[in-house]
Amino acid sequence: MSAVTAGTAPSRSLSTRMRRAARRRNMLVNAGAAVLGVVIIVWSLLPIYDMVMVSLEGHDDVFSSRIFPADPSASTYWQVITQGYWYLNFFWYQYWRSILLGVAVTGLTLLIGSLASFAIGRMRIRFGWVVTNSALLTYVIPSAFLAIPYYRIMQDYGLMNNLWSVIWALVTFATPYAIFIFQNYGASVPIELDEAARIDGASPFQIYWRIYLPLMVPALVAVGTFALLLAWNDYLFQFLLLSSKRSMTVPVALSQFLNSDEAPWNLMMATAIIYALPPVAIYYMFRRHMTAGLTMGGVKG
Amino acid sequence: MDGTSVLRSGAASSAQALPGLRARRRFWRGGLQGSEYTWAIAFVVPYIAIFIVFVIYPIVYGFWLGSKPSLYPELFDDPVYKMTVVNTLLFVGFGVNVRNAIALLLSGFFMRKGWWVKGLLMIFVLPWAVPMLPTFISLHWMFDGDYGLLNNLLWSVFHINGAHWLDTRWLALGSAIVSFIWKWMPFWTIILLAGRMAIPTDIYEAAKVDGATGVKSFFHITVPMLANLYLMITLISTIWTLGDFNTIYFVTGGGPAMSTYVLANLGIRDAFDLADPRLGVAAVLTALPVLIPLTVILMRKLKHAEVQL
Repeated sequence: MSAVTAGTAPSRSLSTRMRRAARRRNMLVNAGAAVLGVVIIVWSLLPIYDMVMVSLEGHDDVFSSRIFPADPSASTYWQVITQGYWYLNFFWYQYWRSILLGVAVTGLTLLIGSLASFAIGRMRIRFGWVVTNSALLTYVIPSAFLAIPYYRIMQDYGLMNNLWSVIWALVTFATPYAIFIFQNYGASVPIELDEAARIDGASPFQIYWRIYLPLMVPALVAVGTFALLLAWNDYLFQFLLLSSKRSMTVPVALSQFLNSDEAPWNLMMATAIIYALPPVAIYYMFRRHMTAGLTMGGVKG
Repeated sequence: MDGTSVLRSGAASSAQALPGLRARRRFWRGGLQGSEYTWAIAFVVPYIAIFIVFVIYPIVYGFWLGSKPSLYPELFDDPVYKMTVVNTLLFVGFGVNVRNAIALLLSGFFMRKGWWVKGLLMIFVLPWAVPMLPTFISLHWMFDGDYGLLNNLLWSVFHINGAHWLDTRWLALGSAIVSFIWKWMPFWTIILLAGRMAIPTDIYEAAKVDGATGVKSFFHITVPMLANLYLMITLISTIWTLGDFNTIYFVTGGGPAMSTYVLANLGIRDAFDLADPRLGVAAVLTALPVLIPLTVILMRKLKHAEVQL
């Protein structure tokens, strides 16, 4: 800059030198970014590569010092899909239960969360702040700390080995987040719309159903994806509350694999990958909404 | 974030412009009439019911379970408990803070423009998008001393004999912390990235005119602008991580010889393996002296943030 203002002959060499230095610095920065990029790729993909690699190996090849599968074959996947191993006898049944769990948690979270935030944020129910605060409280409790009381309580409620026990537990932990996101997002939807509809004689339910929900779609997608991932990530509650063979879901079955004496690692990894596919697909499908939702929820907590 | 506040203030000014509207809004707020009131109650009842049945009752029940004073000497006499406390502090302290610090720096990296950075971000979020259990099983096998991918790689690439990562306490705990960081860094990086994107770019441009770039603008603009968000993230993830069960359970299995348990694992072991739920709850409740102050600060901050917006 000073070179430009001076504008004399000797300063020209200075400016070229500066330009060259800037170019050199740019190159260094770019090289640094490229190195960092490679590190990020290796760091992020290594455990996932490990999963894929082991799933493609034969039973005994797993116990080797190779870093590529010796004789890659998809036969493990076939064995899992056809339930061709005694551990996997109920695989599809368990998978179905996992899907039911995810869908139920997502649906109930959206329903209960949106109804509550409509009543608090739009209808301005008195003592709405009590509900908001109770949601806050639930949000900050580490869920594992409630696991032991849950086990006893679900016995009292007669919900042991019943999918509903886990559904309600996870809905409990997902709705506070849903209420935050819906309240924050709902603040950007003009309340005049509700008022106009109300003057035209719409009932609160019609306003909720016809006006509120359609305008909330981006937030609903974000929260729905979040709730589904929450259900798919959970292990502890399913492990404690669904222990019988008939009530199990995939994560519980997978961890039983792990605890067996002679763990068939290749089958376990193949099962794990098949289990991981739906949420990964859904996440990448709704990634944009998800980021928007996280922005709203994350920035405000 | 900015958009909503602008919209809100926009709505407020239009309310001033239309005097009738204000009265009507008060109408909505205060006295919901007859059937409307019933509707509103019906809308919140499901959530309140869940809160009472699945939050209040378990909490009260938990306190009741852990209320016998004689439980605590019994707990403190357990040699595993002392190790567990140390492990929990290390796990939470390093796991959360190292992760957040790296996430803060990486979020700056992902602000760079270009298609390849966007592509990289898609790869970077994969650990978070893949469910917890498959990734932790994979990490457990990866750290295996004899056949794990990590040692195989170290040998094939650098000809180094890797350690038996899961066979000694500190290495195992370190492996678990690394796994924890690996799994959760993408999530918080994205949140910090969103926080960075909310900083108006003209501040950086103004600083640039004044000659502040790179490190200077990071410390004088980014850090103060993100401080509040960063603090809230640290608080909430510290609270959540205090109750983390899965990382240790799957990556180290608590081993060797229960030396890498954290509180949640100890609580579950006491409650179910030892069939002593009261002792398990007592173990978990000893986190309260840390948990309660953090929760109070966080709830204040969250509420404050809500009022601001």
